[in-house]
Amino acid sequence: MSKIAAILWKDLLSEFRSKEMVISMMVFSLMVAVIFNFSFPPGSEFIKDAASGILWMTFIFASLLGMGRSFVYEVDKGCMQGLMLAPVDRIVIYVAKLLLNLIFILIVESITLPLFSIFFKLDIWTDLGAIALVIFVSSLGFAVIGTLFSAIAVNTKTREVMLPILHFPISIPVIICAVQATSAIFQGEAWSVIWGWTRLIIMFDVVFFIVAFWTFEFIIEE
Amino acid sequence: MSLEKTKNPWVTLLGATLFIAMSVNLYLIFQFAPTERSMGHVQRIFYFHVPSAWVAFLAFGVVFVASILYLWKRDRKYNMVANSAAEIGVMFATLVLVTGPIWARPVWNTWWEWTPRLTLFLILWFIYIAYLMLRQFVDNEERSARFCAVFGIFGFVDVPIVYMSIRLWRDIHPSPVIAGGESSGMHPDIRVTFFFSLFVFTLLFIFMLIQRLRLEKSVVAVSDLKKEAALAA
Amino acid sequence: MNNGQNSAIQVEGIQKSFGSQYALRKIGFKLEQGEFLTIFGPNGAGKTTLIRILSTLTKASAGDFTISGISPQKEPEKIRRQIGVIGHQTFLYEDLTAAENLRFYGRLYDVENLAAKIEQILEDVGLGLRENDRVRTFSRGMQQRLSIARAMLHEPQLLLLDEPYTGLDQHASEMLSGWLKDLRLKNRTTLMVTHDIERGIDLADRVAILVKGKLVYNEQRKNIDLKNFRQTYYDYVEKGGAN
Repeated sequence: MSKIAAILWKDLLSEFRSKEMVISMMVFSLMVAVIFNFSFPPGSEFIKDAASGILWMTFIFASLLGMGRSFVYEVDKGCMQGLMLAPVDRIVIYVAKLLLNLIFILIVESITLPLFSIFFKLDIWTDLGAIALVIFVSSLGFAVIGTLFSAIAVNTKTREVMLPILHFPISIPVIICAVQATSAIFQGEAWSVIWGWTRLIIMFDVVFFIVAFWTFEFIIEE
Repeated sequence: MSLEKTKNPWVTLLGATLFIAMSVNLYLIFQFAPTERSMGHVQRIFYFHVPSAWVAFLAFGVVFVASILYLWKRDRKYNMVANSAAEIGVMFATLVLVTGPIWARPVWNTWWEWTPRLTLFLILWFIYIAYLMLRQFVDNEERSARFCAVFGIFGFVDVPIVYMSIRLWRDIHPSPVIAGGESSGMHPDIRVTFFFSLFVFTLLFIFMLIQRLRLEKSVVAVSDLKKEAALAA
Repeated sequence: MNNGQNSAIQVEGIQKSFGSQYALRKIGFKLEQGEFLTIFGPNGAGKTTLIRILSTLTKASAGDFTISGISPQKEPEKIRRQIGVIGHQTFLYEDLTAAENLRFYGRLYDVENLAAKIEQILEDVGLGLRENDRVRTFSRGMQQRLSIARAMLHEPQLLLLDEPYTGLDQHASEMLSGWLKDLRLKNRTTLMVTHDIERGIDLADRVAILVKGKLVYNEQRKNIDLKNFRQTYYDYVEKGGAN
């Protein structure tokens, strides 16, 4: 536990000094939201139906942008070896990076969401609890597979391209369920409908956390 | 690794059997099987479509098992099996995606319908295309084998979850009523033809896997020789 | 710790193959507690691979080794705790300060009395005044010194050095040599791989030569004709190329 904290502290401190990731994710996600807005005629009612889809596209692109960087410094500067030489279980490295990615994603989402609700005239405050739950479990799902895939992608020739190519097809269940659950919330549907989707996302999180837990050491060994 | 003998009598025998079985299969499909009442001749594509789907699944299952075995035993032959099966699987998944619309166009009056199964195959196709790309983009053989093994496991574990989510999604946006779906009572002759076709496609898969594996072995042997030559120089 | 019976390093028949090529072939040697072994070898001889295997970064394809009698399969973390590695790269984080880097690695190794130790070791490597400066602002030599501090912080029993003199200026190199001599007095074991003959032989108790993945020479310093060692080395490299 304390070693997870040590790695997390090190990464957060580096990020706090350089502010590279969170700022670029932030700017990127706002721009995506604004650009999507232009794909509809002004004042269109249709935008309400499409809002949850746009919201999730925004989150997914920003998440991938951030997660793609999570191992770049470690690998390029050889620090990965420093971590591997330490008496630390490999899974500790995975969990620390997973938490780091999750924190970045949640920060960006919690700033984007209110702005999004203003841009698209959506009420997010009545069911904030449900929205927060859906966002949390979905972001966790993205981070669970994104952390592992970014450790793969960083070792390929086409780093930036490889992560989305690996990530999108696998994360499709989360994307479908997150969009539908959020849409159900915006349309004031019953909790049972929302929970039906959320449950599937949680299942995804649990299953892939177990698979990632077991396979991560095969990714980073050399 | 030594180069394999180019001829193996059993493989030749399998090839010959396959040739005969495929000819019989064509006869069954186009002559023996009765024409389906509501869909007409186009329904015959069903004998290619469904077995292709089955073989694609089988191939991806082989990728999954070979991936686990590779991570466990670290024997490069499992990596070769996984790679060969993935390529064949993508080919059959492509057949599913091509024959599906050809069937759908006259029957549902649309080229593409987001039915759970067709959608699942589209996603499967993307997963294993990504798998083959990953193989291309990692230089080191051993590392590429490890990465692909892990991704092969992720891809297959994802299948049921993808299917569940698509099913749930379709429940909200129901698809047009599928006339005479595969599950409705089959005519006995249709059933015989279907199961024979399934058998022939499975045999075809085994034959292709063996051949692809032999090719892969030669490729690996050549690349080993090249590396040795480069070292010696 | 019982080091009376266990050698610091005992290597038996280690092989490493990539596909059909061997990077290491049947490597076997023994190193007693407090000894300093230098392994010379030309580029591509497998030196770095050997260091990576001994430091548990890479698994050998065949063969076995123990460090202070501990097997890497059974207790990898216990072995990692006993090893300090200095390699081509510094393993430092540029956006953290010198002290923060050491604090981070200290926490990974569960070092006790961390704050006091960091202060002491930074003094020792001559970075006491720069402790709160970011590593980004350090010269290559200073980074290497901090990297030495990082490797020594948890007081490893065994030091593995992979071309540690690369990138160091004259002053820093002498400092490193001084440090290594100090450690020998403290009965720590060291294994260094390098192709720098003068510096390598200066410190060694035992010298070995690795050519094309094979250990072709392994002698006590006292049995070596030091003056002509360079010629001996070239002969072995030539011969190693022949078979």
